[in-house]
Amino acid sequence: MEHTAPEKLLPDAEKTALPQVSMGKMVWRRFRRHRGAVAGAVILTIIILSCLLASFSPYDPEKSNLASALQPPSLQHPFGTDALGRDLLTRVLYGGRISLFVGFMVVIITMVIGIPVGAIAGYYGGWVDDLLMRVIDSALALPSLMILILLSAILREVEIPFLQRNNVMTIAFVIGILSWMTIARLVRAIFLTLREMEYVTAARALGASNFRIILSEILPNGFGPIIVEATLEIGWAIMEESGLSFLGFGIQPPTPSWGNLLNNAQEHLVKHPWLAIFPGLMIFLTIISVNYIGDGLRDALDPYKILKQIDEV
Amino acid sequence: MLNYIIRRLLQAVPMLFLLSLILFVLINIVPGGPLAGYGRTRRINEEKIEQLKRQFGLDKPLPVQYVVWLVGNDWMHIDADGDGVAESYGERKGILRGDFGFSFRSRKPVLEEISDRLGNTIYLMGITLLVVALIAIPIGVISAIKQYSWFDLVATTLSFMGQAIPEFWLGLVLLLIFYVRLNNPITGDSLLPSGGMYTLGADFSVWDWAEHLILPVTMGMVGWVAWYSRFLRSSMLETIHQDYIRTARAKGQKERIVMVKHALKNALIPLVTLFALDFPYIFTGSIYVELIFSWPGMGRLFYDSAVHRDYPVLMGILIISACLIMVCNLAADLAYAYLDPRVRYD
Repeated sequence: MEHTAPEKLLPDAEKTALPQVSMGKMVWRRFRRHRGAVAGAVILTIIILSCLLASFSPYDPEKSNLASALQPPSLQHPFGTDALGRDLLTRVLYGGRISLFVGFMVVIITMVIGIPVGAIAGYYGGWVDDLLMRVIDSALALPSLMILILLSAILREVEIPFLQRNNVMTIAFVIGILSWMTIARLVRAIFLTLREMEYVTAARALGASNFRIILSEILPNGFGPIIVEATLEIGWAIMEESGLSFLGFGIQPPTPSWGNLLNNAQEHLVKHPWLAIFPGLMIFLTIISVNYIGDGLRDALDPYKILKQIDEV
Repeated sequence: MLNYIIRRLLQAVPMLFLLSLILFVLINIVPGGPLAGYGRTRRINEEKIEQLKRQFGLDKPLPVQYVVWLVGNDWMHIDADGDGVAESYGERKGILRGDFGFSFRSRKPVLEEISDRLGNTIYLMGITLLVVALIAIPIGVISAIKQYSWFDLVATTLSFMGQAIPEFWLGLVLLLIFYVRLNNPITGDSLLPSGGMYTLGADFSVWDWAEHLILPVTMGMVGWVAWYSRFLRSSMLETIHQDYIRTARAKGQKERIVMVKHALKNALIPLVTLFALDFPYIFTGSIYVELIFSWPGMGRLFYDSAVHRDYPVLMGILIISACLIMVCNLAADLAYAYLDPRVRYD
């Protein structure tokens, strides 16, 4: 009888109650409404898949074939061929693997450094925060492209442990080391806001350790903004790597990357413009897709614009 | 307020110290070490190196080397010939007095190399930023006032594209269109020049200089316009919904004046921070723009020095850039506090 009593009090409860929706479904539903984000997700998926499937191309990405050098786009070679007769589409797809890999690696590195630094600064405050903020501000004052170029030039002459020259990981590592500060600042702001919340006080009253509060009380609630920032960071990292390779200080040929394909295209700009158009178009499409996805995620994960408030802290 | 200024200035001191440490470490990683900038050339014989090391204070422990790097050793008694008697003064003036050593390539002082190029970069970047402001501010304001109109929609889409387009690729595409494809209908030459600041050997003409500016400025401004207009739009949208805008309207103020005098003026405040962060670029320039359009400025100097591994020049530009960025960040905070009295000073 006890169990049926509330039902009698609220006879239409089942009809009026909102259907139970999981968090993931809610996010997906809001994300789906953002047309740009959906288009971006589709395009990015296509780009990633084709790069992963590049091995099925009938052409070798590095072996030259002078007989078919510098052919304009055709049915056999949809993007044309380069000065050494290599199929540009194949090279663009292989280059995409490198560029996308660097993009994702950089984001992982920035998260691994940025989240702990930001969490500790924001949660503990006081002199720890002061110290870490000074470190962050100093790091932000370093002009990252210049440092990347300088380090790349140094690595050509000097061996530095763990940093092998012309290694994709080295480039990802160096870009990551120079770009964790944005995430750290964001995470710090999230912690500054959330540590005053009642559920944190409640957790503390229940005897939860600082470590536990940071990891399982505050961090999951700041997940939305962090995901958005990480997404946008992928685009930024791809741009940085492409720029560096375009200048000749990133990935070195014959390994293709979107940036060094463009570097190569410069001398053929007048007569063979397709060499310059396609790799750049890929960078552009990837970054615009990533940015739209980030925008859609912002709407989906943060419908109340918490991110905006956090930015102002 | 005064308290706040003093506190921010005091905070800048440890940051500058930290930054100088990072740069000092970089100097020491550079092949040839700090000596690289003082030997005037890469190739010097062994006994000369020992003497140079003593002259430049590099025989001293690292902390002393750090001090010498900062403030020089021309006030220190040093033992140049290595006989144990300190008989002369050092020759370095230290980076705080603009002594960055000598370029490998030209053997000129680094500071001289930099000052030769600085004007060209300020000229290009100054005009670029001016154009950015002239285009981005109206776009941002109209987008915000007519939110969700077709204008806003187009501007937002273009802004997304502008932020995603790689600057270096844009430069190549511009060259392709305006230099390779399009011709001047009268002379039959390319419509726009492919690079440089002016036609070599030609008499000075304003049109010639302007013509050489169009493509580099366009290439440099697209990303900025996209970013600034977007930023101003959201800042403006926030301002428009404030109570004081309603008050201004309620007292019968003309809509134009409400928008410009009340809304825009306040919406521009957050842009001060953004601008301060971009301000250093006026001096350091864009490596991509200057490379693609052969502009003899700072970015190009940095690139060429990197290609030839002219480390003293690289470090000189890097140090100046880093200091500029830091000072501008500080200036941004102070300006923000001054312009927006709501900022907490504590």
